[in-house]
Amino acid sequence: MRFTLNGRPVAFAGPGSRRLLDVLREDLGATGTKEGCGEGECGACSVLIDGEVVDSCLVAAGQVEGRDVVTVEGLALQDGRLSRLQQAFIEHGAAQCGICTPGMLLAAYVLLQRTQRLSADDVREGLAGNLCRCTGYTKIIDAVLSCTK
Amino acid sequence: MYEVRYLRPRSLTEAVQLYRTTPGCRPLAGGTDLMVMLHARTLRPEPQAVLDLWSLAELKGVRRAHDMLEIGAAEPYTGIIRSREVQQHLPALVAAARTIGAAQIQNRGTLGGNLANASPAGDTLPVLLAYDAIVVTDRRAIPIDQFFTGYRKTALQADELITAVRFPLGRQVAFRKVGTRAAQAIAKVVIAVCRDPARIAIGSVAEVPLRARGAEAALERGDVDGAVAAVANDIRPVDDVRSTAAYRRAVTQNILRELVR
Repeated sequence: MRFTLNGRPVAFAGPGSRRLLDVLREDLGATGTKEGCGEGECGACSVLIDGEVVDSCLVAAGQVEGRDVVTVEGLALQDGRLSRLQQAFIEHGAAQCGICTPGMLLAAYVLLQRTQRLSADDVREGLAGNLCRCTGYTKIIDAVLSCTK
Repeated sequence: MYEVRYLRPRSLTEAVQLYRTTPGCRPLAGGTDLMVMLHARTLRPEPQAVLDLWSLAELKGVRRAHDMLEIGAAEPYTGIIRSREVQQHLPALVAAARTIGAAQIQNRGTLGGNLANASPAGDTLPVLLAYDAIVVTDRRAIPIDQFFTGYRKTALQADELITAVRFPLGRQVAFRKVGTRAAQAIAKVVIAVCRDPARIAIGSVAEVPLRARGAEAALERGDVDGAVAAVANDIRPVDDVRSTAAYRRAVTQNILRELVR
């Protein structure tokens, strides 16, 4: 089965009932995507499918056939420099242990794609599906807000 | 993880055929419940295959059907929340959908999945009961008040697929969910109320999402105090990890009074 991962065509072996999370990490080496709870509660495994944020532990890999998947490895700019959002996470100290960071970045990326006019409450709601076990939420929210207008 | 076959039908007709002829086959839509159970190996009987309904065009979208609004069984909550027609005609359904998980879950969860899973805590299910929704399957239409037959049991036959949910128009329904946290919580109590006709539907307070018939009868007479008193006997709450029976009874009465005031 085939899909597009961070702009490049990739293939994996079935069955299509395998979790997208496992295909990304084990078959395709895209280990930026983390497994947290494995139950759709924590958001650590968040990826984008056709631009919408989902938990990759809940997606059957067959369901992304022919679709466009973006992981944290796809967030940097074409020349390899970090995006404004990633840079903001560094500048605000928005990563502690780092397990939630890839999912936080992807959920925040979708939020900022939709609109740059966001209040702190909008950011909290937009990131409600991403838990930080270090509880470093304030700096994460500050980092996202610094990328708004 | 169970090693199961992955079946991806290209049409509803093919899906119905595959479901009928494949032993141990489980329908899959957004995977928010099923993928967890597949991975944790908690499905009984052990599944042999999954039938992927997620991409079937026939199960997507929102449309007017006669004097009702029909929502495809595999339309994700995000589509329901963004639909102008649902916002206009079924605001309580939008309110319920917005309380389901966060963006990651709203992008994947579906009405068909919420119905088939039949959790007593399913957030949309009291709303469906308050609207007198109709569950449409590959072979018939089931009134929602006949759909839930026991703890996680439904009126669906073994080879029957949910295709859509139909809602009558012109009802005013109020919705309220009480959980531990504003976002991403499983309900301690979830309520949907319609004044005319009187419908009081409650989740997380019994083995099924239920209609509070005693309270409805009182509300029909305009007796708000009677409805609040009666609802305590209509529900059958238990103590569990999320709450206690006593709390659920008290909060159900308080919210009902607020919603019918």
